[in-house]
Amino acid sequence: MSKIYTVLLADDDPDYLFQVAFYLRKAGFEVMAVESQAEAEQVIARMKPDIAIFDLMMESDDSGFILCYKIKRKYPEVPVVLATAVSRETGITFGLSGGQDREWIRADLYLEKGVRPEQLELELRKLLKI
Amino acid sequence: MAQLKILVVDDEPGIRSGVSRILGNFHVTYPFMDEDYTFNILEAATGEEGIEIIDRVMPDILLLDNKLPGIQGVEVLEYVRKKNYDIVVAMITSYASIDVAVKAHNDGAIDFIPKPFTPQELKASIEQITKQQYLRRITHKLKVEGRKVRFQFLSVLSHELKAPLNAIEGYLRMMQERQMGDSLDEYASAIERSLQRIESMRNLIMDLLDFTKVNFERQMEKMQNVNLKELVSMAVVTVSPYAIHKDIRFETSVNGCETIWADPNDFEIILNNLVSNAVKYNKPGGTVTVSVDCNENEFTIRVADTGIGMNSEERDMLFEEFSRIRNDKTRNISGSGLGLSIVKKVVDLYHGVINVESSPDRGSAFSVIIPMSQVSNLKTGI
Repeated sequence: MSKIYTVLLADDDPDYLFQVAFYLRKAGFEVMAVESQAEAEQVIARMKPDIAIFDLMMESDDSGFILCYKIKRKYPEVPVVLATAVSRETGITFGLSGGQDREWIRADLYLEKGVRPEQLELELRKLLKI
Repeated sequence: MAQLKILVVDDEPGIRSGVSRILGNFHVTYPFMDEDYTFNILEAATGEEGIEIIDRVMPDILLLDNKLPGIQGVEVLEYVRKKNYDIVVAMITSYASIDVAVKAHNDGAIDFIPKPFTPQELKASIEQITKQQYLRRITHKLKVEGRKVRFQFLSVLSHELKAPLNAIEGYLRMMQERQMGDSLDEYASAIERSLQRIESMRNLIMDLLDFTKVNFERQMEKMQNVNLKELVSMAVVTVSPYAIHKDIRFETSVNGCETIWADPNDFEIILNNLVSNAVKYNKPGGTVTVSVDCNENEFTIRVADTGIGMNSEERDMLFEEFSRIRNDKTRNISGSGLGLSIVKKVVDLYHGVINVESSPDRGSAFSVIIPMSQVSNLKTGI
């Protein structure tokens, strides 16, 4: 990879954050890891990442949705991944295939937490077209 | 302004137009309602026509004459009940034959409007029915929301239980795949974090056990004399390994009475939670003050700390299940977010209140105040 791509990664579980950041750095990405919606918003205000991965539930139940909305408003071209364990736990499913979901969940990809590191890397490369 | 649909089924055109005229500009207000109700009147001359309209537009209220040319009013009523429609039915009847009245009542007609009726009589009946319908729907809505709360509780719970498992699994895989190299030293923090997650999960499970122990009702056979000095020192001993680690000092006092009449389990839950929080959210070298006081009217447990405290917004969410105050100061403190909601439930059992005083960076004080009558043995006068 000639260009170094920057990933903005937000998750309030410090261990999950550490593990994903570890694997992404190993895969050659530069990672800005933050533990809250508020910190992620500060990063978005300051700089433009190449791609973003947001946890759904942080300070509030919809932190991930709010971050999706805010980053897309400022940088419409930055791909966004929503990573959450919500559907496994609640049985609620919301993929991004339906047009209606796509309209209000402004993410490019919806990923189940616990996806294998290689799979995550693959998905990021697809979204970044590299 | 909300609108209810009323269907009048009567073969006399005069009755139908009379109802339309009287209720056309009538509206019902009720102190608990958000808005006034007005009425949209639909008419049917026969039972068959009535059933067709019921299936098509689903009225809220049905005014039903019993004596109809084809099928009778009670048969329309039966149809509504069989289909389980949410419709309030009132019978309009000129002669109240007892067996029709009984049958109609058994099938769920809630009112009888005598024919001929005055506009006032009709309005009074409709007002009554509207209020009943409103209350029924509110009750139904609350029941549905009750289910939603339970669902939320379970999904948050499973999230809280799975998150540490995922974290520990992740670290184990890193080790299995030797992601950080071959030396065990590289994995020291991964091991430390795994142990911490296990510890917090254990706390959550213990709290859940407490949660199931509190039956949300008092069990009279478990009531006994509870020695307050023992109760306080048990709570202090339980948390002392952690307290020693953080260099926390305890000051305890019991005044006014030696025992109370209660389920010891309930008061262990109250004291253990308050005292362990007071240590957990304290600063290193801080103090925890536990005082228990009885006077004629009240039994008070007060637990104060010299810790990080909280602001008023944080204080408002304290007693909600799984609510944990998240900020830089609490980041490294593990908790289930259940402790205080359990304490609140136990205190409720004894008709008590729990008060919180707190200021950021200076500390918090929790006071549980229970009416003396709730913790006295009336038979022996203790």
